[in-house]
Amino acid sequence: MPSPQSAPAIGLRLEGICKRFGSFTALRDLTLDIAPGEFVALLGHNGAGKTTLLRIASQLMRPSAGRITFVSGNEALSPDSARRAVGLVAHSTLLYDEFTAAENLTLFAQLYSLDDLPARVAQALDACGLGTRATSLVRTFSRGMRQRLALARALLHSPSLFLLDEPAAGLDRQGLAWLGATLSRLRGDGCTVIVSTHARNESLDLATRAINLSGGRVDRDSGTGGDPRPLLATLREEA
Amino acid sequence: MNTPRAALIILGKELRLELRTRELSNATIVFALIVVVLFSFAFDPTAAEARRYGPGLLWIAFLFAGSLMLNPSFAREQANDTLDALRLAPIPSFGLLLGKMLANLLFLSAAECVLVPVFSILYNVSLSGIVGRLIIVLFLGNAGLVITGTVFSAVSAHARMRELLLPLLLLPILAPLLIAAVEATAALFADPPALDTTWLSVLGGFDVVFLTASWILCDYLLEE
Amino acid sequence: MKLRIPIAIVLTALIIFAGYAGLFIAPDEATMHAIQRIFYFHLPSWIACFTAFTVVFVANIGWLSTRREKYDVLAVSAAEVGIICCTIGLITGPLWAHPVWGIWWTWDARLTTTFILWLLYISYLLLRGLLDDPERRATLSAVFGIFAFLDVPLVYVSNRLWRTQHPQPVILGGKNSGLDPTMAKVLLLCVIAVLAVMVLVLVDRYRLELLRREAEGLRLEIESRAEVSAGDAGS
Repeated sequence: MPSPQSAPAIGLRLEGICKRFGSFTALRDLTLDIAPGEFVALLGHNGAGKTTLLRIASQLMRPSAGRITFVSGNEALSPDSARRAVGLVAHSTLLYDEFTAAENLTLFAQLYSLDDLPARVAQALDACGLGTRATSLVRTFSRGMRQRLALARALLHSPSLFLLDEPAAGLDRQGLAWLGATLSRLRGDGCTVIVSTHARNESLDLATRAINLSGGRVDRDSGTGGDPRPLLATLREEA
Repeated sequence: MNTPRAALIILGKELRLELRTRELSNATIVFALIVVVLFSFAFDPTAAEARRYGPGLLWIAFLFAGSLMLNPSFAREQANDTLDALRLAPIPSFGLLLGKMLANLLFLSAAECVLVPVFSILYNVSLSGIVGRLIIVLFLGNAGLVITGTVFSAVSAHARMRELLLPLLLLPILAPLLIAAVEATAALFADPPALDTTWLSVLGGFDVVFLTASWILCDYLLEE
Repeated sequence: MKLRIPIAIVLTALIIFAGYAGLFIAPDEATMHAIQRIFYFHLPSWIACFTAFTVVFVANIGWLSTRREKYDVLAVSAAEVGIICCTIGLITGPLWAHPVWGIWWTWDARLTTTFILWLLYISYLLLRGLLDDPERRATLSAVFGIFAFLDVPLVYVSNRLWRTQHPQPVILGGKNSGLDPTMAKVLLLCVIAVLAVMVLVLVDRYRLELLRREAEGLRLEIESRAEVSAGDAGS
């Protein structure tokens, strides 16, 4: 059941982004302009800086240098408005194991000031196939179910900029199908999406742009409006 | 979203989590009771001595139990990186911090609701006539304890040996609070009981200074 | 800095002269006699200690507002120097007190505040030692450092109030009132000498820390390049 887009699509501008952890530099002078509505496949080996980039884009992490701007229409968004419009699926599930599925979603719905909570939460749980397990503790869920719930949590506030860090990892077949359908719907709605991955999977067929990171820098970029398929073809098949 | 509303949501979450798991309250109450009982082995107090040393004993018990209880405040947000989820949400950082402070205040106060009557019974110290004023002193003292303790829980959550580090950071800072709280409590245990406004001002001052400092510095506390 | 060696020589001469002045030039004190001369280093070490910890506070604020690494380096250097001065003060104090008053220690406002101060900054260094990520270490220790500095006046006030309620033998009060002019001059000399030495040590420690971080950075750079070329060779 599609939920309406809460705001127009958002573009992301990164200028000279650096991130250092002590003497280890994860991102070096990274400059990227991601247009609203683009579906970006972020590629690169482990350690190339994909996770760091996504964490900075979601404002969880401060860059050591450089600037990040969120653009809507022709205006720059304030950091708080941007936070309201960004959704992140991270390596961890970001869920409370001791809460039920419904309690987790209700908490985050409250934090995002959403209304009509019971209906919204029920709808979200049904959409990801966890409607029957609404009152079960997350602690009892399988990995695939947790990942599905994590996705549902990230989608709850209808983000206009959706960031996913290796979302297919740990998903079961039902989850993968739902992920594919959700990403397809988001793309259709004009949501800006950035998916990071280091191996091939079906959701990448939706990509309108591919960016390869290596050593903290942009290595190759198919560009806005370009063809991402040659770059995507270089990815190895997922085992 | 404004800070009070965010704080209430976080407070609600902390309470719900605690009611579900009861991790903190059980451990805190038991530990504080152990301290109270052990003190009686260290010196065998008469009723008069108990009135004299009682305040010190009580507050040391609260301090130790409190520093144990405050550690999980941020440490348990590291499972599944739930702190990231809270930081992602469009809520003010101080709302998040304040919610946790309020929750810790409630937990500590709940533990003291058990502890103070038990102390009163074990050491034959009568609390009649001073309960109301004692609650004021306890509130101001607890506030200072949870304000600094919650902040240092956030600080030590990222460090190694954090269970040991938190008391190490917290107890020196709380020295003025300990003095003021003990003296104010002692004034209530004295004959006739009196509410010592000087010491209450020190407690209040401590609370205001560190709450303000927390408010100013909260973004630095939570950033990555 | 080429001036370092001449400056160090001058300051060494100065502090030796100050020591000589304290031991021989200053007149003998009426009641305490020779042991009172410890005062000429005891008081200056406190002044140096509080100066150092104020530098830590300023450096903490500097880091949080500018994120420039030099403030973090300054903070750790000043904290270490301050702790040394504080330790000297805490040791010379009892050494003075025992022959004169027969007690090693008393919990009066000044002594207690200084002891807590010492504990706070030891905790500051411990905290730094237990945080691994350099930027997080700088930020979180700066927050703690600010809290510690704000705590000090509260410690002093509460101890003072406590002391007026529980009178203690007054042992450190009034020593600055009515100081003999020669004694005052010697004291001033010692304060300047100790402060100057403290600043010299602080600057040295600061530069040492900068060098250490640079060396660490180079080492990690070499390691990561070695990994990359090994990886290239392998694939």
